[in-house]
Amino acid sequence: MENDLNLKATELRLGLPGSDEPERQMTPRPNKRTLSDIVSEGSRSTTEEDHQDNAPPAKVQIVGWPPVRSYRKNCLQGKKDEVEGGTGMYVKVSVDGAPYLRKIDLKVYRSYPQLLLALENMFKLTIGAYSEREGYNGSNYAPTYEDRDGDWMLVGDVPWEMFISSCKRLRIMKGSEARGLGCV
Amino acid sequence: MEPSELKRSKDSPNSDESTRRSSFPDEVLERVLSLLKSHRDRSSVSLVCKDWYNAERWSRTHVFIGNCYSVSPEIVARRFPKIRSVTLKGKPRFSDFNLVPENWGADIHAWLVVFAAKYPFLEELRLKRMAISDESLEFLAVSFPNFKALSLLSCDGFSTNGLAAIATHCKNLTELDIQENGIDDKGGSWLSCFPESFTSLEVLNFANLSSDINFDALERLVGRCKSMRVLKLNRSVSLEQLQRLLVNAPQLAELGTGSFSEELTFRQYVELESALSNCKNMHTLSGLWDAKGIYLPALYPVCTHLTFLNLSYAALRSDELAKLLAHCPRLKRLWVLDTVEDKGLEAVGLNCPLLEELRVFPADPFDEEIIHGVTEAGFVAVSFGCPRLHYVLYFCRQMTNAAVATIVQNCPDFTHFRLCIMNPGQPDYITNEPMDEAFGAVVKTCTKLQRLSVSGRLTDLTFEYIGRYAKNLETLSVAFAGSSDWGMQCVMGGCSKLRKLEIRDCPFGNAALLSGLEKYESMRSLWMSACNVTMNGCRLLAREMPRLNVEVMKEDGSDDSQADKVYVYRSIAGPRRDAPPSVLTL
Repeated sequence: MENDLNLKATELRLGLPGSDEPERQMTPRPNKRTLSDIVSEGSRSTTEEDHQDNAPPAKVQIVGWPPVRSYRKNCLQGKKDEVEGGTGMYVKVSVDGAPYLRKIDLKVYRSYPQLLLALENMFKLTIGAYSEREGYNGSNYAPTYEDRDGDWMLVGDVPWEMFISSCKRLRIMKGSEARGLGCV
Repeated sequence: MEPSELKRSKDSPNSDESTRRSSFPDEVLERVLSLLKSHRDRSSVSLVCKDWYNAERWSRTHVFIGNCYSVSPEIVARRFPKIRSVTLKGKPRFSDFNLVPENWGADIHAWLVVFAAKYPFLEELRLKRMAISDESLEFLAVSFPNFKALSLLSCDGFSTNGLAAIATHCKNLTELDIQENGIDDKGGSWLSCFPESFTSLEVLNFANLSSDINFDALERLVGRCKSMRVLKLNRSVSLEQLQRLLVNAPQLAELGTGSFSEELTFRQYVELESALSNCKNMHTLSGLWDAKGIYLPALYPVCTHLTFLNLSYAALRSDELAKLLAHCPRLKRLWVLDTVEDKGLEAVGLNCPLLEELRVFPADPFDEEIIHGVTEAGFVAVSFGCPRLHYVLYFCRQMTNAAVATIVQNCPDFTHFRLCIMNPGQPDYITNEPMDEAFGAVVKTCTKLQRLSVSGRLTDLTFEYIGRYAKNLETLSVAFAGSSDWGMQCVMGGCSKLRKLEIRDCPFGNAALLSGLEKYESMRSLWMSACNVTMNGCRLLAREMPRLNVEVMKEDGSDDSQADKVYVYRSIAGPRRDAPPSVLTL
């Protein structure tokens, strides 16, 4: 069964020919990495920062791969920067069913209760109290936020400082979708 | 065409005989042939006999040149005296991905100079991957009084100053289509250069540009160009401004919105929805930058008759896409970002039974840490719901042989199958086997296949399949694949209709390159980069096949004997004289 493609001979690399580099960049990764794999790998690399020879090599980007036109890359990057530049703490808040969004400055608040109260006042709705076990069970509304990885999380699970550093935008979910979160 | 306009020298020795034998007077033949539009048909016609060759060349008004270096402008002008419309393509396709050096060539200027002399009544110019300077655009603007249509796709070398020249001087302009170019955006004042008396514009696409334009000037322009049917705005145009434009242009057939997110009052939202619902002719929608789900319902009235929806700049979630697609039953073409994930693609399968084309672009192509995007499941879901699918471009991070086999079983009519598994050389993630059987299934089942892009871990077996079964294949793109020369040899030997072959980072060497010796003259071009081809191999090819141009691009610091990037193409114009020092013509 063929498993050696002799990729080394055809490897596109940045060094001079003849110089050797650990063959890590081009090794295909057959298994989908689970979230726990990434998290553990991430923490591993930070503790090993001091041991240069053990640290994983910097990821070398292959020129022109994946084959996405530069124009398209730049367009999407522009959008990404726009969103992440909001560490000036202004984030957009949407409420299911409302025709337009609002923006709030997270820096103004010191804690979750303060934030939730402000949201309740702004949108004239009741979110209620957070419980670790049941989320916002009992309320018609559940506040969620999009974090840096693009995942939608329930507001309140992580420490406040961690929340405001990773929150990109807020969405207040309504109705059955919201109520269902309490049982997750 | 008046008979009295026809002047030609019948210096062919057989001319008297053929005039006697010919049952059609030339005028009739030319009249009939003038109805032929397809350039391939015209090429066939021109090969019938000398009379037909002449009749064809005199009646041709549009010329398509797939490789600007395959022929010279003088040769074109000599053969076709009556050209009104030119389509020219320049750089190899991999220049889109930065694999071609900056100053490689494909400059339009020499062509324009000849056209100005020989085709003063030129009306249309469509360029793809050409280098164009502002001086060339200015020259174009003043040299052709009847000039009507300019389309630039993936070109570079010019700035908005060149566009200003076009807007200023081209009094009869009907089309200005600027797409995906490397343009130096110096500001939006070019749009204000259209004179107040100018009313002929039908197509305006400046979605590519980022600078703010003068909105008042745009509003007036759109208001007075009553025949406008295509309008594609850039991101700087707001929703509120869009509404004002649409109120004056309900006849639009194709719309590219500007930014689709900002805070609207309820009243503004209603007005926008109303303006959109008045656009009864709209069949194509794009733009939608930063689209937030909250405003998408404004599009519902337009969605019912949409056939092409381009969401590739709107990072929608699966639920947002699903809600939108529920209103798009007639969709034939859909472009999306992989933020919609498999769930979004399930919605495609459920709501769009007439779908013929799907393109899924990666939102974060360079970030390997992200486990988002689409998988084989999404593609399979679409194939179940959309049996008419024949064009797909799919970027994903995992795929299986079984999934692809299912997909082509559901959709056997693929003409274009472009699959990009983003991690190079990645096998079937469930079985860990190469993806050979996937592409084997594609070529065995899809007999109409014209274009194929392969990816994932592939051995020579893939190429054996391609050579054996892909008898209609015209374009093949290969990257990080194959085991030996044999793979490429199979393709060169088996794919009789092959016209374009582009290969990067594969273990194909001189034997493979030279196996196509006799084939390259029937192809438009071959590209091989980061393979095992040497300078000697290229020299041999150049020596054996004098009608081919064999060009090698060397990279800094590479071995002298290695041919890092090779570009081979047929040409009747001989080796080119404008190559930069980094490009060696052998």
